[in-house]
Amino acid sequence: MNDRPDYFTLIGQALGDRLELRDGAAPNELYLSLKPEALSSLPDIVALLTRSLGARFTTLVANDERALNGGFFLYYVFSAPAGDLFLILQVPVDPRHMEVPSVTPVLEAANWFERELKDWFGIIAFPNIYRLAVHPDWPEDVHHMLKDFRSDSAVPRVPGTFDFKRVEGEGVFEIPVGPVHAGIIEPGHFRFSVAGEPIINLDVQLFYTHKGTEKLAEGMDPRRAVFLAERISGDSSFAHALAFCRCIERLSGLEIPKRAEVVRTIVLELERLYNHIGDMGAILLDVGYSVGAASAFELKERFLSLNETLTGSRLLRSVAAVGGVRRDPEDAVPKRQALREAVVTGREGLERLYDLIMSTSSVLDRLETTGRLSRTDAFRLGITGMAARASGIDRDFRRDHPHCAYSRVRFQVAQQKEGDVLARLKVRVDEARESFSILEQLLQQHLGEALIAPVSPVPPGRCALGYVEGWRGEIVHWAMTGPGGELFRWKITDPSFHNWRALPVAVRNNIVPDFPVINKSFNLSYSGNDR
Amino acid sequence: MLKNFRQWGKVVTGSFPDKPGERPEGFRGKPVIDFPRCTACDRCAEACPTHAITVTSETAENRKDAEGRPQESGGRIVSIDYGSCIFCGECEAACPDTIHLTRELQPAVSDRKSLITRARYRSTGSGSWEFVEIVADAASDRQSIEEIGARVKARALELFGRSLHIREVDAGSCNGCEIEITALNNPVYDIERFGIHFVASPRHADMLLVTGPVTRNMEIALRQSLEATPTPRMVVAAGACAIGGGIFGKSYASCGGVDKVIPVDVYIPGCPPHPEALLQGILTAMDRFPSRR
Ligand code: SF4
Ligand code: SF4
Repeated sequence: MNDRPDYFTLIGQALGDRLELRDGAAPNELYLSLKPEALSSLPDIVALLTRSLGARFTTLVANDERALNGGFFLYYVFSAPAGDLFLILQVPVDPRHMEVPSVTPVLEAANWFERELKDWFGIIAFPNIYRLAVHPDWPEDVHHMLKDFRSDSAVPRVPGTFDFKRVEGEGVFEIPVGPVHAGIIEPGHFRFSVAGEPIINLDVQLFYTHKGTEKLAEGMDPRRAVFLAERISGDSSFAHALAFCRCIERLSGLEIPKRAEVVRTIVLELERLYNHIGDMGAILLDVGYSVGAASAFELKERFLSLNETLTGSRLLRSVAAVGGVRRDPEDAVPKRQALREAVVTGREGLERLYDLIMSTSSVLDRLETTGRLSRTDAFRLGITGMAARASGIDRDFRRDHPHCAYSRVRFQVAQQKEGDVLARLKVRVDEARESFSILEQLLQQHLGEALIAPVSPVPPGRCALGYVEGWRGEIVHWAMTGPGGELFRWKITDPSFHNWRALPVAVRNNIVPDFPVINKSFNLSYSGNDR
Repeated sequence: MLKNFRQWGKVVTGSFPDKPGERPEGFRGKPVIDFPRCTACDRCAEACPTHAITVTSETAENRKDAEGRPQESGGRIVSIDYGSCIFCGECEAACPDTIHLTRELQPAVSDRKSLITRARYRSTGSGSWEFVEIVADAASDRQSIEEIGARVKARALELFGRSLHIREVDAGSCNGCEIEITALNNPVYDIERFGIHFVASPRHADMLLVTGPVTRNMEIALRQSLEATPTPRMVVAAGACAIGGGIFGKSYASCGGVDKVIPVDVYIPGCPPHPEALLQGILTAMDRFPSRR
C-alpha cells in the first residue's frame, strides 16, 4: 500500500475542507466522507477523482440508513489506478429532500446508476425523467429498496407505456423486437430505428428479469445468501458467489486458506473457459459458420462436463463458501488427470478452432469492422472487462486489484485495439490461452491443505466491497451487515450493467442482419443486469 | 478434430451418452433422506435455503376431532420437495449420517405432488422422534437418453407427422436454465437427431418450455406467448424457479412459479435441470398429448 499516503495527501490537500478520510474494514478501502454542507461540490469532487487522479468509477451504492443514523447514504466506488486501492466517496442524502447533484455531466458512466437510484430509492440525481429499472406499469411513488417496503408486498399495476427515443425522418422505420426473442435467450425489448439497411438508433428496454435479489437478501444470513449470489447470473455463478463471499470475508477480516485461494482461481478460470469458448461458437453460428460453431459448442460441452466431474456441478455451483471453498476439484487422482488432460486437449481444440476461423475469409469478412466500439466511447461509457480490453482499454482486476491466487501466477492481460466483433473474439481466444496457462501453473499447489476457514460469527454493522474479475468483466459487490450479523444491504454490480450501454453505440450504422452477431460478441447478462 | 474431443470426453465423462444416470462421483444429484435413521430434529430444514425440506407438526386432514377440527396428532412430518430443491447439498452437510446427495436426477412429473416425499414420525415420549412410515414417495425413473430420444421421435411422428416444435420462454430465469437448454443442441446431446426443434415463434410451437419464477415484468409476455400457441399444446416448467419460484420464491417481483400464471403440464426439477432431465421431461410431456384419433 505504498501509494496510499499519496492519495491521502493529494485528496487531503485538494479537498480536506469538504471530505473526511477514514479507513474501511478492508485494508484497501479508503472512505472519503463528504460533509453535508459540501453536497453541491459533489460533481467537482468526482471530476477531480476521475480526471486528475485517474480513478475509475465502478459502482454506486445507495443505502437506506434511516434506522441507523436518520439518513440515506450514497457510496460512489472508484478503483484507483495505482496501489490496489478503492476510493469510496460517501455522500449523505437528506431524507426530507431526497436529491443530490448529478455527476453524470462529468461522468457519463454514472448515468444508469443514477437512474436506478431514482427508480429504486426515489433519490433524484439524474435529471432524466425516463425510467430505467422499473417498468411503466410500476407506480411512480413506490420504491422497493426503501426499508419500509416489504419484499412480499403486492404492488398494483398502473397504466403506462415505455418511452422510446423517436427518430423522425423520411424513410425511417421502427422495428420492435422482444421481450420474447427467437432462440434460447433471455428477455429484453429492442427497438431499432432504421433508414434503409443501417441502424440509426437502438433503444434497449431491460429489467424484464428483475427478481428483487438485493431486496430478498436483506435480513438474510450471509452464508445462505451465497446460494442467491450463485443465481444472479447463471453463466457467472461462481464469480458472483465469490464476489459476495469476499464481501463477507473482507468485512470480517477473515483469512482464507492458501489452498482455497488456489481452488477459487482454478474455478474462476474454468468459468471463463466454458463461457469464452461458448461465445466463440455463438459468434460463428450467427455468421453462418456452422462447422466452426459445432466444434466450439462441443468444446464448451466438454468443459461443462469437466466442471461436473471436478465439482459435481456443470455450472460450478455449491463450490463457493464464506471463508473458502466447499469442494476441491483436485481431491482425487482421476480428477487431477481429467483437469490435466483438459488443459492439453482443450488448448489443442482452441488453437485448431482459432486457425480455422483465421483461415476462413468469409467469416473474417463478417467479423472485421462489424460492431465497432471506439476506445473513446468505451472509456466515456465506463465499459469494463473483456469488451473494454477489445477496445484498447488496459484494465483487468486480476492484475490491478489482485485477488485469490492471481498475484502468484504469470499472465498477460489481453489487448486489442479495433473494438469490433473480431477484436472481442480475439480477446476471448487470448484470455482462454492465458486461462490454460494459469491452470497449468496452479495444478497441484497446496494440495491436502484446509479448504475453508473455521466458521466464525459475522460481525455486525460493518461494510466492505467484494470483487472479482469474472469472464465478462469486473463483478463488484458491496455488503453491509446489520446488528445481528445478518445482511443489511447488498449491492450487486454485474459488468453487464456497465456494458449494455455499449450495444446501441456499437450497432449504430451497422445493418440489421449484423445485430445478432454484434449482440453475441458482447454476450451481456440480462439477469445480472436486472437482478 | 471431433474425434479428438470424443476421446477426451471418454476420459472425462465416462461412458456418456449411452449410460445416463451415471453421473460422476460427487455429483450433486437428488438428496435422499434415510428416514428410518432420521430423528425429525429439524436441522436439515434449518439449513435448506429454499425450504425444500420441512419438519412440521402433523395436522393432517385424516386427523380431525369429532367436530372436524384438525387435531395435533403429536406426530411430525418430514417432507422433501424435489421441485423446490436446488441441489446445493446443505442438508447433507447439516446431517451427513442421514442425508446423502445421490448421483441420480429427479425425473420430471406431470403431477406437482409427485415431486414430494413425506414421512411420519411419532413421539417416543422422551423428547425424541421415531420413524413410522413413508406417506408419499416422489417419482423415480431411469431410462437412457437414447431410449428417451427414440420414444420422443416416434411419439412426435405419431402425433404430428413431423418433428416436435418447442418454443423456449425465459420468464425471468438466472440464465442457468438457458445454458442447459442450449446444451441440448450441442453436438454431444444433439437432440435434433430425435426430431426436436426449437422454433422462433410460439405460433409454430407444440410446446412451451418455460424457465424462471415468472417475474412481474414477464407475466404478461408469458400469458401472451401461451395465447399465441396453437392447441393442443403442452406447457413444461423447467427448473426450480419455474416449478415454484426456486430460491427467489414469491415476492413483489416474482409470481413464484409458472403454474401461478398459466397451467403447467410437466415439471422438470433441477437448478438448472441437467440436459438429460430436460430431455426426459420433454418426453413426459409428449406422453400427455391427446392422441390424434
Ligand atoms: S440439497 Fe439444498 S435445496 Fe435440496 S433439500 Fe438439501 S438443502 Fe434443500
Ligand atoms: S432454476 Fe436455478 S438455474 Fe434455473 S433459472 Fe432458477 S435459479 Fe437459475
